[in-house]
This record gives sequence, C-alpha cells and structure tokens, in this order.
Amino acid sequence: MFTIVRREEMAEGTVILNEIEAPKIARKAKPGQFVILKANDTGERIPLTMADTDPDKGTITVIYMVVGKSTALFKTLAIGDGYQDVIGPLGKPTEIEKIGNVVCVGGGTGIAVMHPITRAMKEAGNHIIAIIGARSKDLLILEDEMRSASHELLVCTDDGSYGHHGFVTDKLREVCERGDIDQAVLIGPVPMMKFASLLTKEFDVPTLVSLNPIMVDGTGMCGGCRVTVGGKTRFACVDGPEFDGHQVDYDELMARLQAYCEQEKQCYENFCTLNT
Amino acid sequence: MPKKAPKKEKIPRQQMDEQEPQVRAKNFDEVPFGYTKEQAKLEAARCLQCKKPACVPGCPVGIDIPGFIRLIQDGDFTGSCRLLWDKNALPAICGRVCPQELQCEGLCIVGKKDDPVAIGNLERFAADWERHHGTGVLPPREDPTGKKVAVVGSGPSGLTVAGDLIKKGHAVTIFEAFHLPGGVLVYGIPEFRLPKEIVAQEVNFLERQGVRIECNQVVGRTISLEELFEDGYDAVFLGVGAGLPRFLNVPGENMIGIYSANEYLTRSNLMKAYLFPKYDTPIIKGKNVVTLGAGNVAMDSARTALRLGAERSTIVYRRSRQEVPARAAEVHHAEEEGVVFHFLTAPIRFMGNKKGRLVGMECIQMELGEPDESGRRRPLPIKGSGFEIECDLAIIAVGAGANPLLTQSTDGLTLNNWGYIVTDENTGKTSKKGVWAGGDIVTGSATVILAMGAGRVAADSIDDYLTWGW
Ligand SMILES: Cc1cc2nc3c(=O)[nH]c(=O)nc-3n(C[C@H](O)[C@H](O)[C@H](O)COP(=O)(O)OP(=O)(O)OC[C@H]3O[C@@H](n4cnc5c(N)ncnc54)[C@H](O)[C@@H]3O)c2cc1C
Ligand SMILES: Cc1cc2nc3c(=O)[nH]c(=O)nc-3n(C[C@H](O)[C@H](O)[C@H](O)COP(=O)(O)OP(=O)(O)OC[C@H]3O[C@@H](n4cnc5c(N)ncnc54)[C@H](O)[C@@H]3O)c2cc1C
Ligand code: SF4
Ligand code: SF4
Ligand code: FES
Repeated sequence: MFTIVRREEMAEGTVILNEIEAPKIARKAKPGQFVILKANDTGERIPLTMADTDPDKGTITVIYMVVGKSTALFKTLAIGDGYQDVIGPLGKPTEIEKIGNVVCVGGGTGIAVMHPITRAMKEAGNHIIAIIGARSKDLLILEDEMRSASHELLVCTDDGSYGHHGFVTDKLREVCERGDIDQAVLIGPVPMMKFASLLTKEFDVPTLVSLNPIMVDGTGMCGGCRVTVGGKTRFACVDGPEFDGHQVDYDELMARLQAYCEQEKQCYENFCTLNT
Repeated sequence: MPKKAPKKEKIPRQQMDEQEPQVRAKNFDEVPFGYTKEQAKLEAARCLQCKKPACVPGCPVGIDIPGFIRLIQDGDFTGSCRLLWDKNALPAICGRVCPQELQCEGLCIVGKKDDPVAIGNLERFAADWERHHGTGVLPPREDPTGKKVAVVGSGPSGLTVAGDLIKKGHAVTIFEAFHLPGGVLVYGIPEFRLPKEIVAQEVNFLERQGVRIECNQVVGRTISLEELFEDGYDAVFLGVGAGLPRFLNVPGENMIGIYSANEYLTRSNLMKAYLFPKYDTPIIKGKNVVTLGAGNVAMDSARTALRLGAERSTIVYRRSRQEVPARAAEVHHAEEEGVVFHFLTAPIRFMGNKKGRLVGMECIQMELGEPDESGRRRPLPIKGSGFEIECDLAIIAVGAGANPLLTQSTDGLTLNNWGYIVTDENTGKTSKKGVWAGGDIVTGSATVILAMGAGRVAADSIDDYLTWGW
C-alpha cells in the first residue's frame, strides 16, 4: 500500500492534495512526469501528474480535481489510508533548458501540473512570467507557490472575483505583444490549451502543452491515450504527455475525453447515493 | 518397418462437455467443463504408447506425452501431473491454450486415420486434478546459492525462468509493470478461455516456493536495468512481451468506438470492465461490433463482444479461411456462438457522427495474389468492390510489435530491425553481459508454450552463468 502522509483540501474541497509515500518513484521523478493510481481492488487506473516530489522523505504529491467516481473515491481517503497501486514515474520529463523569457500559463488544476515545471524553468535561469486562472477566487490554487516560482505573476478569474476579470488568454496576448517571449508552456483544460495555442501561434512563440487523454496502462501498450499531433498518431503516455501545442488536434482530444460520459455519470451517481 | 501396433477396439475421441453456445455467449464462465475421470481414462486408452512417439517432437518443450498419458490410464493422476511438471511448469494453462493441432496433436500417429489423441485435453485434466486434489507439496529446492536474479515481466516466459531458478537455489524477484502478475494470461486471454484463478494459483505456487513478485514496477522507468545490477542482481531476464498495439493507419481510426485489441481486452480482463459498474473501469459495449484480424486475439475480442451484449459480432479478415492463424478450437467456438466471418475483406476508412463516434466502416473486397515474404498469398484489393458495414465498435487485432519502453532506455542491447531483442538461440543471451531475454520480445507475438520454452533455455543458461561463470 502507498500511504497518504499529508492531505489538504483546496478550492472549497473541489481540489485535493495528497502527499503519498512512494520512495522509488520519488527518487526518479522529474518535472512533467505522472503516476497512475488505483485506490482498491475494484478501482480504475487514474493518471495524475506529480505536483511535487521529496526524494529524501520518499514522497510524491498529487493534486487533483474531483470530477467523477474515481477522484471522488480518492477524496474519501484520509491520512494513514493509502492507494493499493501507484505506478511511475511515467511519461517523458519536461525538457528544462535555459531559453530566455518563458511564459507559463496554468488553468484550473493545470496550475498544479504547471508548478514544478515553472520552478524548474526558473532554476534553469529563465525569466518566468506566470499566468494563472480559475473560475473564481475560491477555486484558485497554488497562488503563493506560483508567485515564488516566477518573476512576474498575473492572475485571472472568469468572474472577476480576483485579479484580471477574464480568461488567461487575455493576459497571454498582452505578454506576447511585448515581443520578447521565447517559449510558452500551457497547461489546463483542453479548450484553454486550444485557444492559448492559437494565440501563441499568431505570435510565432514556440509552445508546449501537456495533454491528458484517457489512459489505461501508461506504458504504450494499449493505444487508448492516442492523440493526433502534426497529423501523426502519438501515444501521450510514452511520447508525451507534452507536445508542440501548435500541432495538436484539440478537437479530437476533446471528443475522445467524452468516450465514457454516460457510464461515468452512472458510476458517479451510484457512488454519491451510496455515500450520502 | 515399424511394428504394427496391436489392434485396439476403436474408441472415439472424447469430447469435453461444454456450455451450450447460446448460453455461454452471454456469460464469462469457462466454455468446456473438462473431462471426467472416466472420459480421461477412455481418451488415454486411445494412445498407442508409441515407442518412438511422433507427437513429442511437436511439443516445443518435449513433454513425455505417452508417459503422462499412461499414468492417466493407470489412474495415477498426481503422478501424471508431476511428469508434466518436469518439462512444463504451467500444464493447466498449456492444455487450454496451445495450438495443439499445429504441435503435438498435429503429429500424433492416431491422427493419420482418425482424430488424434486429445493430448491437450488430457494435459488439462491431469493438471486440474492436481490443482483440486493434490497435496500442494512444493518441489524440492536446492541449497541457497546466494545469487540474485531479476526477472522482468511476469508472462509465461518470466514465470518459467522464475520457477526453474528458484528450484536451483537462486533468489528470484519478478518485476511486473502491471498491478497483477501473469502477462497476457491475465490481461489478454479472457476468463471464458482461461480462468484467472488458474493463473493466480500458478503465481501463488511460485511465491510459496520463495519467488518475490514486485508489481507496479516499470523497468526502464521506476528502475533501470543498470540499477538492478547496482542493487545486487547477478543476472536479469527480460520477458516483457510484445506489447505495442498495431493500428491500420486508415482514416478515422482515432474515433470513439475504435479500440486496439490490447485496450479492449485489458479493460475487460485485467480491469474487469465486464463487471462494470461493480468495477470502476468502463468499456464501450457495441451493438454491432467488427473485429479486424483473425488470430487468437481477434477471436477473443469478437467473443468478448458477444458476452458484453453485442447483437452482431463480425470478423473482417483480409485473407481467406485457409490463412486464419487462430487455434482451430477458437474459430469453431466463435462460429458456434454466432460470430460472422467476412473473409477477403479489408477496411479502407472509418466513418463517424458529429460527436466523433464510430457509425460504420468502408471496406473493399480482396483477392489472393502471389505468395509474399510470409509464404502466404498476398491479398490484393479488387477495384470498385467497396461496400459499407454498419458498426458502433471496432476492435483492431492485426498484431502487436515490440514495445520500446524498456529497450530504448537501456544501452548495449542489440535489437533487430523491428525492435525485437536479438539473442543467442541456444542460451537466450543478449548482447549485454548478464542479461537474457525470451518470449515475444525476442520472437514477436508467438505462443505461450514457445515463450515458456525460451524461458527454460534462458534459465538453464543463467544457472550455468551463476554457477560456473559462463
Ligand atoms: C498524464 C495525465 C496527467 C493528469 N494530471 C492530472 C492532475 O495532476 N490533476 C488532475 O486533477 N487531473 C489530472 N489528470 C486528469 C485525471 O486523470 C482525470 O480527471 C481523472 O481520470 C478523472 O477520473 P474520474 O473517475 O474521477 O472521473 P471520470 O468519471 O472518469 O470523468 C469525469 C470527466 O472527466 C473527464 N475525464 C475522464 N478521464 C479523464 C482523463 N484521463 N483526463 C482528463 N479528463 C478526463 C471526462 O471527460 C469526464 O467527463 C491527468 C490526466 C493525464 C492523462
Ligand atoms: C489475446 C491473446 C490471446 C492469445 N491466445 C493464445 C493462445 O490461445 N495460445 C497461445 O499459445 N498463445 C496465445 N497468445 C500469445 C501468448 O499469450 C504470448 O505469446 C505469450 O504470453 C508471450 O509470453 P511472454 O512471456 O513473452 O510475455 P507476455 O505474456 O506478453 O508478458 C509480458 C509481461 O511483461 C510486462 N512488462 C512489459 N514491459 C515491462 C517493463 N518495462 N517492466 C516490467 N514489466 C514489463 C507486461 O506487463 C507483461 O505482464 C495470445 C495472446 C493474446 C494477446
Ligand atoms: S505443452 Fe502444448 S504442445 Fe506440448 S504437449 Fe502440451 S499441449 Fe501439446
Ligand atoms: S499421443 Fe499419438 S503419437 Fe503420441 S504416443 Fe500416443 S498415439 Fe503415439
Ligand atoms: S495509456 Fe495505454 S498506450 Fe498510453
């Protein structure tokens, strides 16, 4: 069992942080990589990016949004409980280099994925402009962490309850207009990545996105995570999860994420009825 | 001239009782019930006990076939199973899944004039008997040698290596990427053909002998091959299988409702999606299901689809019936259950609705031309023969390739043009010192028994290396 040693609720309990004992994974993991977690015998294998790792303590941290049955089940796990299976580190690590001026855009729980990458980019000597966004102030996560991982932090909320009133793309446009951006990294909901990529394309800024298709094994053996990038089929779990944002077929990804909609709703509702 | 065998009263080949096709097509229970004691003895009596048995060279691991059959005839079922174990650690599995008609039974002398002796069924009977009635006594183990062996992958090749080397007194640890051991035996072959309880028992048997199994270990990611040596392992066996799904590369293939067979079967078998929502992993249940390909994997997929509620399950294969690579028993079972076969047919594109869900497939008729590299006649499209098949689920079962995850993260392993590991045929040694390989990652997709045979060869060589240093 992989024991939970720290647990926090964020964004009004819609986002959960788990720090988990997984010494082998903690020793190896690099920014951008993910793990697959399975809570119990009947559980599903769920991919989550590592938001942090502590090789000395032998722990990894994941931050996830509660969206369906499996994440709702994860939410019920307390400190001292654990996951039956944690597999990783999976996926290719982010290529961290000194590039120059880097804009890091995180939306929703994407901020959790963005954070370790931003920090590593800063440590590599880049100048970091971070843009983070959420639907409202209460749902915004990791603001302080992102502030210290960047040189400049811009905050947006959809409802204007905090920071800029509007989408992260508004701020991204302003930043791109400065004309000296060498690299963009975008992580968040698929529509956000789609529109932000269209924008950075306008400005010819090289762009990296982290994709989150539905996965099973995470080792390149099932093809369930396939995405189209530059007209070619790629497996996000082994060829990614990061890809050139200007080449990704986002519409296909969005459609594929809906594959189990009906069944997931059924599963989630059963679970909620049982647990209330 | 070989002496004529004494004339025996002719006993027909004993058929195992099975679930009725219409019934079993709706459940996941095993199809045949196995022999009764009486049936097994009758079938065993059909064996001529040849002095120079033709069947044995057909078995890749050289089982003493007349020997184990004789013991069944004598009623010594435990003894029979022990004799099987000498050459084959997993007889309950091989009896069920070996392509016997191409191997042992294909060469059986009785088969020249009559149906061959049902070697596979008898093997299964002896192993099942021992599993249900045996004493569970562990085989003897030599004194500990102090040597450590890492086995990567827990498919039939890895299980064989582990079983052989633990008996020789070496310490063995299996590293498996999935959360359950067994390889294709648990994630690929469905419950109705190979109950998972059997695989679990075989694995448990190894654990009781002292084999350690570490699941959730993706070698090349969680731990590298070099790190295994740093951790004190003296030798490593790679039995990682051929786990890379092949797609057709025709337009529309990424639509919802198109699975690789690996994904479809893994969801159903390993993740138990057929028990959804009791288990959390969902699976698309098509009404009109098309499976592309005609190997064992395709039969398993098409038959799983029926059990998940398909109204029509169709196999589309670009060659003809003669070239079908699946075991004869699987094709027969599939047809009985109502799977429809479209031979000499190939897909050209998939069609979807606005939501990106599959609604149909355009196909073209093929004809057979000259033989290709594989010796089979090459299928060629017939111009203007296009037609459409309605379907809401398509399963692509056109073979697998070498998964590069481990091989690309490891220096010094020589690979062939297709990415498979190159080994010495007689020892299973790779180009890297202290590293052996066998099974599908060396041969490409093959069979359970060939993977086990490769495991045996490698285990012998590893034992030599650990004992004598060569
Ligand atoms: C490499 C990778 C890294 C990820 N990292 C994180 C992370 O750090 N934090 C986080 O909150 N989430 C992350 N995700 C997404 C997370 O895996 C899904 O939210 C989760 O699988 C949903 O499971 P569920 O059973 O709770 O919801 P479900 O009931 O399965 O789904 C609810 C809704 O979520 C969508 N969904 C289903 N599966 C996925 C999926 N794999 N990815 C995205 N959406 C999905 C569906 O469209 C569905 O409508 C990551 C996904 C991938 C592939
Ligand atoms: C659906 C299906 C039906 C089949 N039916 C038959 C049949 O009826 N008869 C027959 O004889 N053969 C059949 N076969 C073929 C047979 O199952 C295979 O040839 C055999 O299992 C190969 O054994 P293996 O030991 O090479 O590897 P596998 O059984 O493929 O096992 C490899 C194991 O290694 C693990 N692994 C992979 N990479 C790593 C890594 N980096 N780190 C750790 N672990 C790793 C995998 O998760 C897997 O568990 C079938 C195959 C399939 C897919
Ligand atoms: S292991 Fe397979 S080939 Fe060998 S005797 Fe048994 S069924 Fe026949
Ligand atoms: S199984 Fe067939 S070939 Fe083998 S010993 Fe018996 S009769 Fe002879
Ligand atoms: S999750 Fe199976 S291939 Fe990527």
